[in-house]
Amino acid sequence: MSEFGRSLRGLRLWFAPQRIREEGETPDYRFSLANERTFLAWLRTGLALVGGGFAVDQFLPDLRAGVRVGVALALLAAGALCALRAVNHWVRCERAMRRGEDLPVSRFPALLGLAVGLVAVAMVLAVVFGWTG
Amino acid sequence: MDRVTPVAGDEARDPGLQPERTRLAWRRTTLACTVAAVLAARQGLHEGLSGAGLPAAGLSLLVWLAFLGVAHRRIRELGPARPRPLGLGAAAAAAACTVALAAFGVGVVL
Repeated sequence: MSEFGRSLRGLRLWFAPQRIREEGETPDYRFSLANERTFLAWLRTGLALVGGGFAVDQFLPDLRAGVRVGVALALLAAGALCALRAVNHWVRCERAMRRGEDLPVSRFPALLGLAVGLVAVAMVLAVVFGWTG
Repeated sequence: MDRVTPVAGDEARDPGLQPERTRLAWRRTTLACTVAAVLAARQGLHEGLSGAGLPAAGLSLLVWLAFLGVAHRRIRELGPARPRPLGLGAAAAAAACTVALAAFGVGVVL
């Protein structure tokens, strides 16, 4: 199944939380807590991206308006996506642990890394070519 | 406040201190949320106190308080030596705070 399809299946669990508890058996509480910490780490990543979006808009007034708004919007959208995906991945990991399956793999970290790299390159270009003012 | 003395009958504490580490993770995340909310409030005030500025700042304060509430409840739940797993409601609420700040940011930036 495609990653999108698997994500959709995970999304259905959002609205039926009791179904997670019904499946399989309760894993060792330490594994659940580790999963929770991973979820929180992703949430912090999302919050950092959102904060970065605000910071770009507030602290780079010399940047040309279009570039500034574009980069800010990209960071804000990435932050929101990161938070939503954090819940989804947490649910899928929890379910996999209950069923004794392998943990889900994801290409999201790679995509996020590429996106952050692109933003960084855009900022370098903005400085080098003086897209300011 | 979150130092809960183990109730009689509780099993020995996990030597890996998993509940403790999870509590600290919630604290770090609260800190990250505080920074994002402060930046959001600053953005609102930046637009000027008249018009949309003040309600915007109030909104980010509300989001921050909501996150604080979720984190506080979870930290209290992590007191016993064998805490229950995180509930879906708390996870979704914590993520919703991030999404709300981002949506608020999109509204202000545009």
